[in-house]
This record gives sequence, C-alpha cells and structure tokens, in this order.
Amino acid sequence: MSAPVIPEITADPAAATGTGLRGRTPVFGHMKPWQALIIQPIAILVILAVFTVWLLNADLTPTEATTLSPGALWGYTVEHITLTLVAALVVLVVAVPLGILLTRGPFRRLTGPVLAVVNIGQAAPAVGLIVLLAFWLGFSPRAATVALILYALLPVLRNTMVGLDAVDPRLVEAGRGMGMSAVSVLLKVELPLAIPVMLAGIRTALVLLVGTAALAAFVNGGGLGLLITTGINLYLPRVLIAGSLLTALLALLFDWLGALVEHLARPKGL
Amino acid sequence: MSSPVTATHPHASAGVGGARILIEEVTKRYPGQKKPAVDGVTLEIPAGKIVMFVGPSGCGKTTTLKMINRLIEPTEGRIVLGEDDVTDIDGDELRRRIGYVIQAGGLFPHMTVAANIALVPKMLGWDKQRIAARVDELLTLVSLDPEVYRDRYPKQLSGGQQQRVGVARALAADPPVLLMDEPFGAVDPITRQRLQDELLNIQSEVQKTIIIVTHDFDEAVKLGDWIVVFAEGAEIVQYDTPERILAHPANDFVEGFIGSGAGLKQLSLTRVQDIDLLDAVVARPGEQTSTVLRRVEEAGHHHVVVLDERQCPIQWLSRPQLSRLGSIDTSVDPNLPIVTCRSTLNDALDNMLVFGTGAALVTDAHEKFVGVLDIETVMKVMTAARKKMAGTKPADAPLGLNTGAMATVPPAQEATR
Repeated sequence: MSAPVIPEITADPAAATGTGLRGRTPVFGHMKPWQALIIQPIAILVILAVFTVWLLNADLTPTEATTLSPGALWGYTVEHITLTLVAALVVLVVAVPLGILLTRGPFRRLTGPVLAVVNIGQAAPAVGLIVLLAFWLGFSPRAATVALILYALLPVLRNTMVGLDAVDPRLVEAGRGMGMSAVSVLLKVELPLAIPVMLAGIRTALVLLVGTAALAAFVNGGGLGLLITTGINLYLPRVLIAGSLLTALLALLFDWLGALVEHLARPKGL
Repeated sequence: MSSPVTATHPHASAGVGGARILIEEVTKRYPGQKKPAVDGVTLEIPAGKIVMFVGPSGCGKTTTLKMINRLIEPTEGRIVLGEDDVTDIDGDELRRRIGYVIQAGGLFPHMTVAANIALVPKMLGWDKQRIAARVDELLTLVSLDPEVYRDRYPKQLSGGQQQRVGVARALAADPPVLLMDEPFGAVDPITRQRLQDELLNIQSEVQKTIIIVTHDFDEAVKLGDWIVVFAEGAEIVQYDTPERILAHPANDFVEGFIGSGAGLKQLSLTRVQDIDLLDAVVARPGEQTSTVLRRVEEAGHHHVVVLDERQCPIQWLSRPQLSRLGSIDTSVDPNLPIVTCRSTLNDALDNMLVFGTGAALVTDAHEKFVGVLDIETVMKVMTAARKKMAGTKPADAPLGLNTGAMATVPPAQEATR
C-alpha cells in the first residue's frame, strides 16, 4: 500500500501543547527552528531533481510513458492538491469555530459527546471510510472529499480546544476585569495565545490529508493515488514508485508550509 | 467601542482622588450550594482610602471584591460607585472605570509593556499621542524607565517589575477605584516589601479608593487605612482601623487571625512624623562653648545638637563634653542615632537600642533636623494610643455589617462596639 510519510498525530494534549517545531521534528531537534525550515525544502527539491533525472533517462514502456508524461503527472498532482485543500478548508471552517464554541462556558458539557463522534471519523480505517461513503455518495471526488474531511476534523478540533484551554484563566479574568468584552478577550488574548497549538493541529491535519487523499483513487476520486493503484493493478513498479514518491514529497511540502506558517505566526513575547 | 459616556469621562483631572463605594445587602448564591458564598454584606468603602479584605481562604473576600466590578454578578443587593448605582449598568463599561490588579500582574504575554498599559485607554478611544504620553507617565510613576521598559515583553521582566506594570495598567485611564486581588502574593518577601512601600507612595500621590484582598495580616496592617476581617460566608467579623483591630480584636477568631506579636505589630503602625517631638538646643560649628553651655542650662537640657549649614545634625554633645571643649568644630560624628519622619516607631526604637542612646535625632525627607524623640515619648505615645483605642470607634468610621441570616451582631451593637 501507499505509505506516505505521516508524522505522529498531535491529537494528545501533551504533545500538542509542546512547542510546535521542537515537538514535531525530532530529527532536527538539536537545530535552531529556522535551520530545520531551510533544510526541509532543500531535501524536497533534491529528491524531486533526482526523480526527474531518473524519469527522463528511464527506458519506459509505452504505457508507462503515457502515465508518467509531464502533463499527466501535473494533472494528478493538481487533483491531489485540490482534494487536500478543499478538505482542509472545510475542516478549518468547521473545526475551528466548533472548537471555540466547545470551550465557551455553557457549551463545555457538549465537549465529551462531540469529541466521541469526531473520534469515530479518526478511528475508522481511512480506506473503509472512503469506500463506505462512496457507496452512499457515489464513486466521485465528492465522496473522497467528505471522507477526508471526516478524517481530518479531529486534530484541528482537538488542538483548537487544547490551545484555548491552555490559556491561563487568570489572563482571561484580567482581560474581563479591565472591561474587555468576552469577544474581545477571545480575539485579542485567547486566540493569539492559542495559535501555536492550533497551527500544529492544522499542520498535522494537512499532512494527514495529503496521505489519505492517495486513497481517493479507489473511489474514482483522482489524485496521485491513481499512479499507485495503476502501478499495483498492472504491475508497473516504476509507476507505483513515482506515485508513492510524489505523494510523499507533497506531504513533506505541506508539512514545511505548515512549519513556516507556525514560525511566522507565533506571537512575539512567548 | 467606547460609549459616549465613557468617552467623555473626566480623565483629565489626574489625582482627582477616589470615589466612595457602597455595597448594600449583597448576597451571592451559587446553584447547588446550600450556604450562600456571600451572605447579606453591607459595606462602605470610604473615598481615597485603602481598605484591606482579610480572612481565611474560601471566606468570600475575593467573591465580595469581584462583585464590586461585577466579574461575579451579585444574586441580590446593590453596588453604588460614587453617586451611581452600578448594579445594572453594562459590566464591561463599569469595569473600564475600575482598575483591576491580580496576582503577578496578569500581563498579556504577547503584548509589549506599552501595549498592555494602553489597553483600557484604547478601549476608551483615546488618541495615540495621549496614550503614549500616559504610558510613559505611568511607567515613571511605578519607577520603571519608559525608555528601557516600554517595548519589552512581560517575559523579559522580573516578577516585581511585572507587578508594577500591572499596577500601571490598572491606573491607565485614571479610574477612581482600584481593586487588587492578592497583588503581592507571587513575589519574594523583599520585593513584596518594596512593592508595598511603592504602593503607599503612589497612593499618597493619586489618592484612589483601593480595595486589596490579602490573607497576610501583616500586609493588611501595613497598607490598610481600614481592615475588614471576614469569616466564612463573608461575615464581617470586624471592620476597623489596624490600630484598633490590633488593640481590641473583636473576638477569638480575629485574635487568632492576628497571630502572635500583636504588640510588636503596633509599633509598626505609628510613624515618627505622627508624634510630637522634643525641642533641642542647637548650635553651629565655630560657636564658643561657654555661650552654648549657658543656653543649654537656661533651657534645662542636657544635650546640644550641632547642625551644619544644611541643617543636618553632625554632632550631639552632652554638657560634660561641652565643658571640655573650647569651641565647636565642624567634624561629623558618624555614630549618630538618626531616624527620618517616615520611619516607624519600630525602626526608631531599634536605632536607640543599637546606639544605646535612649533617644534619637529626627530628620525630615531632606535630612534637615526637626527634633528629638526619646524612649519615654515612645512609651507615652503607646500608652495613649492604647487608651484612645479603648474608646468608641471614630465618628467617621465606615459602615460594615451583615444583614444575612448568619449575621451574629445586630447593627446597633456593631455601631457602639
């Protein structure tokens, strides 16, 4: 099966509250954050260059040549990115407000039930989820997108809640005590302080999405997964490798973009 | 964001002083709890004074404090600030008129010192220049150099400095009232003492109405003009001056709360400036001892204080010493028992004991000589203070009583106690 690089899920609070980069990239643990930020894209580019050179010099069969033509590869990649980004956008729009709502006083009691439901989406095997949804919604990119959304809700929701809960309640009290409204405290104090943890969750979700989107090909959803399924079905190892490699590189790229945003959006003074 | 009312609020009159607060029959009940957390408290906080709320933890003192700025909404009762009944006005608008300081300052870590202080003025719609000027003014007031600290983040400050910024932030819009919840709980003892002294200095300048919640009775004695001792359910056990609470604790509960050494604590209450000092015969360097000696004999004194041209005491000579000298020289005796007006009697007595003199020379803030304090005077003051405290409460004593079911002292009795 396709095995894109999926970093450990940051759903548990202990890992989520750790400072983003240090907790997420143990390989670069002894380096300064910006060094890791530079190394990762360089590695991606180097691997991509090696792959391109290999592809240009490989002795391909006609089927392989068609499947791995630059135009086709570009098309699969765009499909893959579209699947990922659409799902990510919906996840953001749903999970962040939901996470905020579930940390407000009266809605706090709903936390348990909601997390239980969201957990089902995470715990169910992704392949099974996608196929089951396809029987309901038809074999299409739409079914794949819905499955991806369900799959990626948890890390974003969870980290939004953990991030907001980790804000010192005395700061909230100080804000209210000086006459800031509840909304103003949320926007100016709670969210800025929760942003590092929230972004870590979003980054995890993005990487998960890139990996899981490879499964969309099973339900006619398109994307780089097509290369993998084709490679397996027709026994074309080079197509299979190309698909796996490109998926992995895409996951690394999204991970890097997430790290970059985390680095830039981290509030000063923390 | 700012309503017309707050926008026209008169901040311009800095140092206008505080406003009176009246808590009237206020009760707080939490759902699912049998006993009310605060039970029918009526409390008057006089304008421009520091009132300390003390009591064991869980007694309702913090709840009472937070009901004044309605961070906790009272179940029953009225809150009156100055002339306005603020029980039903918008809570956020009310809180912009009341400074609030919590333990360790409660600074927002992602904002600079200046941004933290500017929060309330911004909400009130002040223009940028006015805010910047106010930030610098306040940083100077709390003894932090604006140039150095304005753009720092809270993490880059020590605990004591954070607390100072917290006070500056609370004072930003020049509110008449300051509420402080255990403000000095998170700093080391030495820093705490310094912050307490600074708060007293600031208060002498701004004259706000300040309510401080503390569990430290020594802090209450040091800072408070008045002390409210609470028992469980915010029952007011005693509301009195520190002097009277130390001399006459209302019951065993208060006595237990004061702890040991009540007599010694009293010595810290009185400052040298509050005492009538003794006159002294003074002399200048260069004078003939014979004329000085005659003056001393005429006055019936035994000593003469020699002052330099700045009026600072430099020698303290007895009659026998004088008679051995020809004229008075300009040498400075380094071993003079000198205390300042701001010293407590505790400090003064300590000085006398260390130098073995039984009296001390008192100077003002500019080191000018103002008089002599001897040990007999200290004893007399202490005796008189004890006698005076045995009398009734001063006529201007603010009101404080419980009207709830658990009120143990009927109002009439309270007033005459």
